[in-house]
This record gives sequence, C-alpha cells and structure tokens, in this order.
Amino acid sequence: MTERYPGYDVLAKRGGVSWDERTRRAVDERLAVAREPGFFSAGEFLTLEAVCGRILPQPAHRPAIPVAAMLDANLLAGNSQGFRVGALPHDGEAWKLGLAAFEAEARSAFALAFFALGAPPQDELLHAAQDGKLQNSAWGEMPCDLFFAKRVIVDVTAMYYSHPTAWSEMGFGGPASPRGYVRMEANRRDPWEAVEAKPGGAALAREANRRVG
Amino acid sequence: MWGEVDAPRAGNGLAPDVFDAHGGHVPMREYGGEVDFAIVGTGAGGGTLAARLAEMGFSVVAFDAGAYFRPLQDFASDELTQNQLYWTDKRISDGENPITLGGKNSGKAVGGSTVHFAMVSLRFRPEWFKSRTRLGYGADWPIDWREMWHYYGLAERQIGIAGPLTYPWGPKRPRYPYRAHELNAAAKVLARGCESQGYDWTETPLATVSAPRGKSPPCMYRGFCRFGCSTNAKQSVLTVWLPRALKAGAEIRDMAMVGRIETDAAGLASGVHYHRHGAWRFQRARHVVVAGYAIETPRLLLNSANAQFPDGLANRSGLVGKNLMTQSNQAVFGRVEDEVRWNKGPPSLAITEHWNYEDRKDFFGGYCWMGQGPLPIEWASVQAGARGLWGERLRHAMLDYNHAVGIKMVGEMLPDERNRVTLADETDQYGLRVARVTYRWGENDKALIEHALGQMAMSLQGAGVSDLFRQEDDTNHLGGTARMGFDAATSVVDADCRSWDIPNLFICDGSVFPTVGGVNPALTIQTLALRTADRIKTLAGRGEL
Repeated sequence: MTERYPGYDVLAKRGGVSWDERTRRAVDERLAVAREPGFFSAGEFLTLEAVCGRILPQPAHRPAIPVAAMLDANLLAGNSQGFRVGALPHDGEAWKLGLAAFEAEARSAFALAFFALGAPPQDELLHAAQDGKLQNSAWGEMPCDLFFAKRVIVDVTAMYYSHPTAWSEMGFGGPASPRGYVRMEANRRDPWEAVEAKPGGAALAREANRRVG
Repeated sequence: MWGEVDAPRAGNGLAPDVFDAHGGHVPMREYGGEVDFAIVGTGAGGGTLAARLAEMGFSVVAFDAGAYFRPLQDFASDELTQNQLYWTDKRISDGENPITLGGKNSGKAVGGSTVHFAMVSLRFRPEWFKSRTRLGYGADWPIDWREMWHYYGLAERQIGIAGPLTYPWGPKRPRYPYRAHELNAAAKVLARGCESQGYDWTETPLATVSAPRGKSPPCMYRGFCRFGCSTNAKQSVLTVWLPRALKAGAEIRDMAMVGRIETDAAGLASGVHYHRHGAWRFQRARHVVVAGYAIETPRLLLNSANAQFPDGLANRSGLVGKNLMTQSNQAVFGRVEDEVRWNKGPPSLAITEHWNYEDRKDFFGGYCWMGQGPLPIEWASVQAGARGLWGERLRHAMLDYNHAVGIKMVGEMLPDERNRVTLADETDQYGLRVARVTYRWGENDKALIEHALGQMAMSLQGAGVSDLFRQEDDTNHLGGTARMGFDAATSVVDADCRSWDIPNLFICDGSVFPTVGGVNPALTIQTLALRTADRIKTLAGRGEL
C-alpha cells in the first residue's frame, strides 16, 4: 500500500510552537520506552508481541511502534482505566490470564507456541476470541470475547495511536498547543498540517510535507 | 498512576495559581477548627457552591480527591497522558449494559470533570422540570422552571458562555455574553444534514471564550478540549469558580479523599474523615455538603453507615444509590471527499435540539445531537468497537481520519430503581469499599436510541456523507442516585438539596437530578449550585439552617 501522507513527520513540529514543554516530556518518555518487559514475563511478552502484531500489523518500510513494550510500561507504572467490567479481572490480571489462555489455545490446537504460529492461525484464534468461541480451561471465569473487546482492542489501539509514528501515518496534526489552528473550513490546510497525497501526486505531497513544521 | 502530580499542592497559606505556567501560587486562607461548611468535591456542584458560600461570608473548606493542576504547565496535548484527569480508582461496572466509566463520566481533579468536559452548556427544556406531570414520564423536579431559567442566566453570564445570537428552541433567553465560535468543517456537515431534513440547528453554547476574558485568552482551536485545556480558554470550575472561592476566603484541600461522614448523638453531621498526606484526618463542620457526582456521592453516604444510620446516611427512603441514569451517546459516522480535519476546534461546535422539543414520537424523552471530532485513540476505539475492525482493515480505515465526519447524540435515559450504585466487597487504595455500578437499558431507552440513530443517519445522508456506520453502545454523563423531590419517602433531598433525614447535610451535584433530560448536565449542575447557595443564605437569615 502506498503512503497516504508521504514524508509527513509529526515530530518535525516538536521544537516549534505547536508543542509545549509538558507535551514534549510526555512524548519523549513514550519514545524512550524500555524494550525489555518489566510487568510481563519473557514468555508472556512473546505472546503479547504476537497479539499486538496481528491487531495492528505494521508496514515493513518504517521502524515498528513498540506496542507491547508501551503496554508493559503502562501496566508496570500502574496506569489503568480503574474500572473493570463484570466478569473481567482488573487490567494487569486480565492480561496475564488472557495471554496464558491464548498460549494454551495455541498449544492445544496447533501444538505450537502462540508467537510461533504465523499470521493465519493467530488470526483464527483472535477471531474465535472476538466471537466468544474459545473454551480452553485456561480462560477460567473470564469470557474470551469480553477480554478481547474490553482489554485487547482497547489497550492495543490506545498504545498504537498514542505514538507519533501512528499520527504521521494517518495525517493527524498531533500536539497543537499553544499554536492551535486557524483555517477551520473544509479543504483549507494550515501550513503546519499534513499534506495528503492525491492520486498520482505522491511526489508533490512528499515535497510539501518536507516543509511542514 | 497517571501523571506527575503525586502530592498535595495547596497548603501553607498558598494554592496553585491556575493561570501561572511556572509553579506560581495565590494566597489561600486556612482553617484549623470547626468550619461552617465542609464540601466534598470541587466539580460543577461543589466548586460553584464553595465560591458562592465563601462570598456570602461562610467559612468553607472544600475537599477533592484529585490533584490541583496548573493547566499551562501540567496539561499535555496528549490523549494518553491526560488520563490523569479521570477517576481511575478501582470500580466495578456490571449489569446487562455495563457503563464504560472513566473519561466520559468522571473527573478526579480539583475542578472535577469540568476540567476535561466538552464545554457544552445547555439549558434543560422547561417541561422537563415537570416531566411526570406535563409529559407523563420520569419524576417531577421540586423546582419551577422559571426559577431555574433565572439561575441559568446568572450561570451563563458568570461562566462566560459563547453562544448564538438567538437560540432556536424554547422560551426566549438572554444574549450569550460571548459571540459564538466559528464553525469548523465538521459542524457545517451537521448544519447541511439538519437543513436537508428541515430541522433547525445552531452554534453550540460553549464554555470557552471567543474573546479575551480576564486571564483567559480566546480559544485557538487546538481541539484537545476533552483532555484538559492547556491555554485556559476553557471556562471550567478550576478557572472560573475556584479562583473566586479562594479570593473570598475558602480553603481547598487537594488530594484529600473523604472516606466517611461523622454524625453526632443528635443525628447531625459533625464533620468528615479524609485521607491526605498519608494519614486519616478529621475536619469538624457545622454543615457537610456532598458533591462527588452520581457514583462517589452515594458511595460516601453508604460507606458512612453507622449504628444510628445502618443503611447509610440520608437513606431513610432507601433511594441512595438508586435511579442511576446515564445518557445515550450513540453516533453515526461516515466519510466525505472533502478534507474535514475534524480535530480542529472544539468537538461540538454545532447542535440540533430538534428532537428535544418535538413531541410527536412514540417514546418518552428527548435527545440532541452535536458534531464530533475524536482524536486518534478515541477514533480507533470507535472503529474497533462499533465496526469490529482490527488488523490491516483497522489500520487502513484510520488513514481516512481527515475525511471522517460524524454526529453524536446526548439522549435522555429514564430513571429505574434497578439501575444503581452499591458497595462491593473489594476495597480501594484507601481501604474503602469500591462502588459497583449496575446498569441496564429499558425498552424506552432502546426505542429512543433506535429513533435517534435513524434520524442521524438520514441527516448525514442528506448532507452527502457516504460509508455510514453506527456506534450503538456508547453512553455519557451520569445523574440520579440521590434524587431531589417533594417528600422524605420518595426522595433523598428536598428542593434546597438538603437531606430529609439529616438537616445539616446537603448534596450538590448531578446525583440529585430526578431526570437527566436530553442535554449535557454541567450547566444545570452549576445553575442548581447557584440556587442552592442562595437558598442556604435565605435559610441562614431565617435561623433555619
């Protein structure tokens, strides 16, 4: 797939008037996330990386967003939504239980570790979880569809779309304080917003995005 | 825990200056012994009331479990970091339609959820104050709409609402003090949609200024409104009422979790036990006001049960925690060829209240809808939640972000005693039993939602939007759980928000709402707080406090 916003890098604005100190600190911290797990065990982390890689597969042409590491760091810091829904345990506990259950499902269905399955069987298990069809005793009292909807989807998408690489990919303006925006009408782009590639216009967009800052 | 603030900032005669970017302070009076009022919560109800009571000369200490932020130095332009503004202590949500808690219905900060609310400041339709008598559903409020109309006007002027020149629905109202904000492209899609159906629409009255006001600069359309305004254009309780409260001599204790209200031998409230600086402390007070919103208010009343009040305080009617209401918050989204970039500007710049004021429909209650501008994390959760997308399909769908448009309802849900807040056996970090929130949509709620989804889809089609899809399961805001009413058997507080059982105990937040109407509650909570303050002054003058 060709890029929608070629050459646009939201981080080019980092030193300018669209970013304030507090925002720089928050995003810097995110970009410096430890790649080794601190909350999950090494085994759990392999499964988690595989799950994240299927929920949001990443293109090969750029460095991957470390989704699993970001989630690990947040759970380690005690960052949580706080509430739990009915039959789900609290965040970290639900994740540990769910990852163990995916691992058990993989071993019983394919006699392989989840991370070693490859994409199609992994997707098959994730779809089955989404549809509430996984029955392995490793799930305990936790319904697999609830885990999928309230933890896997919520947390993995939140980590991915909190990363500047994701903002650049989708043409999101990103942090915007104190400068904000001026041009509110349709099809009016502030000069510090991403340029979308029109059909056949990738080179033009790439050139224009070089000046966004 | 989220965020960087891990210790109280108010104390030693100083409170944080919310208009300072470099750790500045303003003077704050402090109280040692008994005070006239201990107020639990500094949001739309408690913060507003603290300001007015202090200005009337009462001694006031207001407690908040959350941090005292300085927006200019503490608020990142970042969805994830700003989870620091929400109530993320342990809670349990269950029932047939469990409510998603967190950002959409809670705040844990000085200023409460007004620090991150979308600033939508709407008046109730007059008939809703007598919905049982006039419209045949719910419960009547013990307050006349004309009196509320008077206080709405005061609230709008003192908050500094920016709104349209003329409002298309309901009785005539005064001019809004600030001119309406410019519409963004997403709001114009809403307008086109309404016009295609023959409905009125207007600019949404918003609590963010369109011209300088005091130390607030005009809004510069950054679009992170729901994650805390980093410029102070937003007119929140943190920036409007609490500076007034401090100036008038109120004390604010931040990161102070109230765990129990004490009662004396006469059955009156005598003060509050609160956890701050690592220890439990006690503040003696002649009057206690609970303003923790529809989950924390009943939780505190129930957790304060003692030998004299074994079912919790103010609970002779058995209604504390019952009749919890949220609001339906379904949406229809789609795609247009135009580059809309809906993240620019406040998210809800245009509104139609058509179906709040039109009664020719086959269900009770009403709803409005407003424009939308979700940021990436929220938009991904909508795509994944409502459409079931994940994998390459989700990543691909997200690439259309700058072409996405949508409209979202705020719909009335009816009170039902089975929807309630109770105490679970699990405890939180303070050792207090956590709230269990149980919710189920009724048949009327479902009919209203179905109607709204159909109307919203038709209007978007009329506006030329393609690839429509529905977000069917979202809710927003809370109300009920300590309703006001006409007698002690069928309500928790009277029209003055005073407990029927414990006359020096007041409740001042959305939990007193007998019904929630089809509009966002923040302005009505602040309006009610203004009225409650005046009533307290009147009662005190008569020697009846």
